[in-house]
Amino acid sequence: MNRNKLEQLSTSLQSIAGISEVIADVGEITAVVSPDNLIEVATALRDQHHFEQLIDLCAVDYSQFGATEWETGGSGFSRGVEAGSVGRLSFGDEVPEYDNDQPRFAVAYQLLSLKNNCRLRLKVYAVDNEFPVVPSVCDIWSCANWPEREAFDLMGVHFDGHPDLRRLLTDYGFVGHPFRKDFPLVGNVEMRYDPQKKRVIYEPVTIEPRVLVPRVIRNTTRREATDDSAVEKGES
Amino acid sequence: MPEIRNYTLNFGPQHPAAHGVLRLVLEMDGEVVDRADPHVGLLHRGTEKLAESKPYNQTIGYMDRLDYVSMMCNEHGYVMAIEKLLGIEVPERAQYIRVMFDEITRLLNHLMWIGAHGLDVGAMSMFLYAFREREDLMDCYEAVSGARLHATYYRPGGVARDLPDSMPQYEASRFRSKADAGKLNEARSGSMLDFLEDFTDRFPGCVDEYETLLTDNRIWKQRLVGIGVVSPERALQLGFTGAMLRGSGIEWDLRKKQPYEVYDRMEFDIPVGTEGDCYDRYLVRMEEMRQSNRIIKQCIKWLRNNRGPVLTEDHKIAPPRRAEMKGDMESLIHHFKLFTEGFCLPAGEAYASIEHPKGEFGCFLVSDGANKPYRLKVRAPGFYHLAALDEMVQGHMLSDVVAVIGTQDIVFGEIDR
Repeated sequence: MNRNKLEQLSTSLQSIAGISEVIADVGEITAVVSPDNLIEVATALRDQHHFEQLIDLCAVDYSQFGATEWETGGSGFSRGVEAGSVGRLSFGDEVPEYDNDQPRFAVAYQLLSLKNNCRLRLKVYAVDNEFPVVPSVCDIWSCANWPEREAFDLMGVHFDGHPDLRRLLTDYGFVGHPFRKDFPLVGNVEMRYDPQKKRVIYEPVTIEPRVLVPRVIRNTTRREATDDSAVEKGES
Repeated sequence: MPEIRNYTLNFGPQHPAAHGVLRLVLEMDGEVVDRADPHVGLLHRGTEKLAESKPYNQTIGYMDRLDYVSMMCNEHGYVMAIEKLLGIEVPERAQYIRVMFDEITRLLNHLMWIGAHGLDVGAMSMFLYAFREREDLMDCYEAVSGARLHATYYRPGGVARDLPDSMPQYEASRFRSKADAGKLNEARSGSMLDFLEDFTDRFPGCVDEYETLLTDNRIWKQRLVGIGVVSPERALQLGFTGAMLRGSGIEWDLRKKQPYEVYDRMEFDIPVGTEGDCYDRYLVRMEEMRQSNRIIKQCIKWLRNNRGPVLTEDHKIAPPRRAEMKGDMESLIHHFKLFTEGFCLPAGEAYASIEHPKGEFGCFLVSDGANKPYRLKVRAPGFYHLAALDEMVQGHMLSDVVAVIGTQDIVFGEIDR
């Protein structure tokens, strides 16, 4: 999208009540909405701003945002072998409780307007970290049905008003929400055929979790120097 | 007369027409479908979660395995999201190579689709014809990347290497005489571009061949015309993209509307259907193959006359040349850091999308500034198409379910992810 269109869109978004923040970054616009206003804002976007299509829906778990395993500041380097990411979690490990005041779960909606040829990202932070609930947009865009089921399945975000909120991708009888950051990468159970019992049984995993490259954050200023498509640098 | 009751039918996951591992629970009223409930996830590998535990450049290979019949297009969506967050430019020659391979991939995908769709509906021979051409295109994959399917060829900032000057040759063996091998090697004597040009000269004739077999075929039309009709309004509501959306009469193609790489310099047309049934979608995809062929020809012409770098010179992102590493300390450090740690992206979010053979393929990337993605979400076009299966098959006969699955061009690698 070109710069004019972006500015036009971000000013027209200001007129919609219920949008708490508009962020422009890398040539994209993100509008932050609270769960209470989501339905009204989404309806207004579809009917008055011609966002006919919901392209994608994505749930994000922010509980480990900014966590690293490898300190590079100060003097020298750490070895980077301390557990600190989901890659190193294994079955039965104690997972620290998320006790931050910040909302843990967010849902991002990618909208597309064919008429105006532009995109918009809606972002909703669920209020309750223990039981995240976001209203369902199935009545506004019918295609939200499956993506919402997927987000519920993988991330445990509940969608209020969804017609059929079942698990979608995981196995029948699966326990837990695998894409949450506190779910180990190697999983909790593994299954095999037991010749004695003559059936498939579930057991705790025996795979050793391993991380080949530790997670590290370095401050890079690359984008600010080269990017001219962004209207202004975003906060996130 | 016995009373006919509703009953539930289990279709798949080992049904040959289920295109992989689709389990479909059908509620039938006699032979008419009342409700279809697709059970997916049998191929769920957690690609997005795996990506969170690996540096950015190690995930490119996983992208191939999403939609495993249009490999390079998946990589393209992924590397574009990274490039967007990094804010780096791709060299012009690399952009042309990417466009060319995107279109080769589109042909590969559509050939696979026409073969499988034909097989489902009863046109057995289509499969053999389609795979004859696929073979040549996969040789192009092999020539540039060394792998026939999972290429891992695109890189943030360009492509892995330049086009080769020679093609792999056939050898005479117990099963192939020297004369036969020689005949097969005729087109392979020059560079990869020569081979591809020879293919693009032949290919429109091949599409004509498929069309003589199918387009006016009475059985083919009986099975497809008026089946799985989707109105333009519903197509938008259901999140359709690509050929599924164009088949319903909406002219929308990201290559034209939101051009990326060098698509704005290419001449091609967007075919659009009128009825929104399976037959229209068939016609749209057939025409797309001809248009892709046109784009490939234009790319070949440009690539022949213009040389240049194919990967960014920024060695924080792309490895330095091998020869440089031997004598230059800086290059050696760059190489070491790139392969042991990868590169960090600035914090932020980006959504990059491309016109994938099946529709809009997008990658939503959330970065917190680390060398691994914080969250990667893949927008797979087939996911939304399959979700609409219930609506498309309601009121149709059981045998039409197979035709609708075929027309949706479903691949489970991308739906289950």
